[in-house]
Amino acid sequence: MTAVDPGDPGADAPAISTVEDLLARAYAMEIEATERYAEFAAQLELHSNVDVADLFRKLAGAERKHAEALARDLAERGVAVAPGAALAAPGAEGLETTLGDALHYLMTPYHALQIALRNELRAFAFFSNLSHSAAPDDIRRLASEFAQEEKLHVELVRELLARLPKPEEDWAYDPDEPRMPD
Amino acid sequence: MNAPVTTLPSAKDFKSDTKPVWCPGCGDHGVLTSLARALADLTCRREEVAIVSGIGCSSRMPAYTNCYGFHGVHGRALAVATGLKVSRPDLTVIATGGDGDGYSIGGNHFLHACRRNVDLTYIVMDNHVYGMTKGQSSPTTEPDWDNALTPGGTGLRPFQPLVIALASGANFVGRAFSGDVIGTAHIIAEAVKSPGFSFVEILSPCITFRPEQRDWKELARPSPVPVTNDAARAARRIMTDDGFNIGILYAGNRKPYQPEIGRAQRSLQDLAREFAL
Repeated sequence: MTAVDPGDPGADAPAISTVEDLLARAYAMEIEATERYAEFAAQLELHSNVDVADLFRKLAGAERKHAEALARDLAERGVAVAPGAALAAPGAEGLETTLGDALHYLMTPYHALQIALRNELRAFAFFSNLSHSAAPDDIRRLASEFAQEEKLHVELVRELLARLPKPEEDWAYDPDEPRMPD
Repeated sequence: MNAPVTTLPSAKDFKSDTKPVWCPGCGDHGVLTSLARALADLTCRREEVAIVSGIGCSSRMPAYTNCYGFHGVHGRALAVATGLKVSRPDLTVIATGGDGDGYSIGGNHFLHACRRNVDLTYIVMDNHVYGMTKGQSSPTTEPDWDNALTPGGTGLRPFQPLVIALASGANFVGRAFSGDVIGTAHIIAEAVKSPGFSFVEILSPCITFRPEQRDWKELARPSPVPVTNDAARAARRIMTDDGFNIGILYAGNRKPYQPEIGRAQRSLQDLAREFAL
């Protein structure tokens, strides 16, 4: 269901035929990422994994800022955006989100950043592909700008990852695990 | 005079402030999001919706939604939901639960709810395991699922909920995958709109006790055939697929059962007379 190629928006995703379409798509991607990271933060917080919850909350905040900037840009062009607009077409995971099954209650900030890196790479691939497509020049130019921004995010996440120690092999070991079938 | 301003609730409005205690990564998080989105897409009002459940992880749904809710007893969600719908036909009634609650403890209610065809929607979050009680085999567990409680597996043929729903008279049968939030919201919305008993089976991985179910996202795919109103054809398709075809698999046209209860007005005296000794 989610076996989507990096940068593939899904067969049923709305077409991008104007710059406004592209801005609306980018806005929807950021909103979707904001909501998903916030959900992840809430899930981890409830299981007392404070470090990862904080990190997901910061990621949600960063995505929200991007969404707000895009909303301002759209407003200047007279385009109204629906709050909570969704990007993902049925059957396709969002371009800047990851399915919840990537979470684990004992996960570390390193794992959280790996999720963020995957998301940023997919967003970069999407905009980069669009910038090299046969789309009109103004769309390709803007897509190229967005691709550069996503590239910066990729580099930033990679820098953060490099500062963190890799988790131990038994990071998921829980001496009081929930699974007690015996 | 200006008309009163009315704002329809958004998907967020259908989520309560209570944060789910489900494990991080549980598929039920996605189902909650889909359900809230479906209700918003249907332009429902919170006071017009009631969510009824039994017992189990997924049966906690009423606590996490912001509308009427009833967290009932094990396996009895459909009995409560049926009673509610026939007495309050104006409400949108949705029963939710898991495979253990719905197919084992509540199995007989499931058959007869399909048969009665009352206009309500039943959402089952199926993870092929009893999660809340720490990982026992459920009616839909694969016969060879090896674990400490059932070494070598149960050896039992899994329950086939969609075919049984069809054979029992459900008017709408669909299968969804929790990781496909928007697609699941669409199927739920269509199920609610469909008259009669609508059954939606949602593959919702339990990553704690069945971590291998992470692979479901690679297996689930849209059904290659369009929806049919031919129950026999739908049954053949469902019995021969591998359990991962997603979509609306059957939409019939049976008339919903709606007795006069709830519409007829009876006086308190009439009711008291029936109980008089």
